[in-house]
Amino acid sequence: MIHAFTAIDAWMIVAAVRWTLALSAVAFAGGAVGGLIIALLRSSHSRLAQTLAAGFIRLFQGTPLLMQLFLTYFGLRFVGLIVTAWVAASLALTLHASAFLGEIWRGCIDAVPPGQSEAAASLGLSYYHRMRRVVLPQASRIAVAPTVGFLVQLIKGTSLASIIGFVELMRAAQIVNNATYSPFKAYGLVSVMFFCVCWPISILARRMEARYATLTKA
Amino acid sequence: MYALNFAPVFENFSHLLEGAWVTVSLSITAVFLGLIVSIACAIAKNAGPKPLRWLIDFYIELIRNTPFLAQIYFIYFALPELGLRMSPNVAALVALVVNVGAFATEIIRAGIESIGRGQVEAGAALGLARMQIIRLIIMKPALRTIYPALTSQFIYLMLSTSVVSVISATDLTAAGNDIQQKTFTAFEVFLVITGIYLLLTLSFSGVFRVIERRTFNYPLGR
Repeated sequence: MIHAFTAIDAWMIVAAVRWTLALSAVAFAGGAVGGLIIALLRSSHSRLAQTLAAGFIRLFQGTPLLMQLFLTYFGLRFVGLIVTAWVAASLALTLHASAFLGEIWRGCIDAVPPGQSEAAASLGLSYYHRMRRVVLPQASRIAVAPTVGFLVQLIKGTSLASIIGFVELMRAAQIVNNATYSPFKAYGLVSVMFFCVCWPISILARRMEARYATLTKA
Repeated sequence: MYALNFAPVFENFSHLLEGAWVTVSLSITAVFLGLIVSIACAIAKNAGPKPLRWLIDFYIELIRNTPFLAQIYFIYFALPELGLRMSPNVAALVALVVNVGAFATEIIRAGIESIGRGQVEAGAALGLARMQIIRLIIMKPALRTIYPALTSQFIYLMLSTSVVSVISATDLTAAGNDIQQKTFTAFEVFLVITGIYLLLTLSFSGVFRVIERRTFNYPLGR
């Protein structure tokens, strides 16, 4: 049954933003934990840990996000776990974000002069305290801008969860389009919604980058 | 839990290879046309009239802050409402060109801005011909500056092409979908396809690294 595109249809798309935001938040929080682990492994002194972390990063940066979603979704089914699209999408995007944040943060840890860590070690600080009190606080200042920048990429990436059936903005627009056959309004509105979420974050990231650039120049 | 069954995947392997070929040629064509778009945009943004600059800024911000999936749906499903109808593969190419055009404009601009005016004058003072100045003093160092960003943009683009399967363009992912629906071996099919994507990205970045080492083999002066 095709019906006209009404305010209710528009509201259905707009309201679905909460699921886009929820999925982004879960993936970002999970990715922050995973990313920190990956970054620490990657910058550790153990050859094995470095190789494992580098392989993980390369695997996720060298394959399409869509395949990562498919493999998680079908892979979990394959081992007998029938999970909802929400769980599969959260897991896939968490792993994806872990790899990307891990690579970004490794660069930030490497940017902290090695003398800092060496000085802390010679003062007798343990690895934990060296990282927690000396290296990570300095690295985190460098990390803020690119991390916020990646958040935009992640939010856009959540749209792919619609392909495995998770109802967020994109899937809501498809459903509305199937019922109303007004692709211009449905896909136009969904683009506006994504833009309204992502654009302020992009501007924030750019400002932070500019501020960091002037801080380091001075 | 079942045993992995790769037989159906390899029976249809030629179909996957056709899809992989579409993925590669689509990426190369899109990046080529997208570069033309982005060079035009970068020049217009540096030297064009104000309204044109605003328009280009709007284009860049719009594309960078919306998902590629929304862009391709809009181009394939919404534009026919305005009378612009395209086949899936053409719509996929258009969407990719529009997308990469916006992302590469900033890269090209960085390249243009990296050219030192003093260097051009120094070249002229040394008696280099106009073509030599353009080739050796403008193009080569500018290319060197943007080369890493440009090649990672290409890899990123190639990974994005996997999304074009949603409008039934015939790329690698779409080939996987076909096989999966016929043989009910989704996990195995996508495992193999993921491997092919990984192989493609690793080989392209390997080739890019060799080209970089061969072409820009002089030390960086500052």
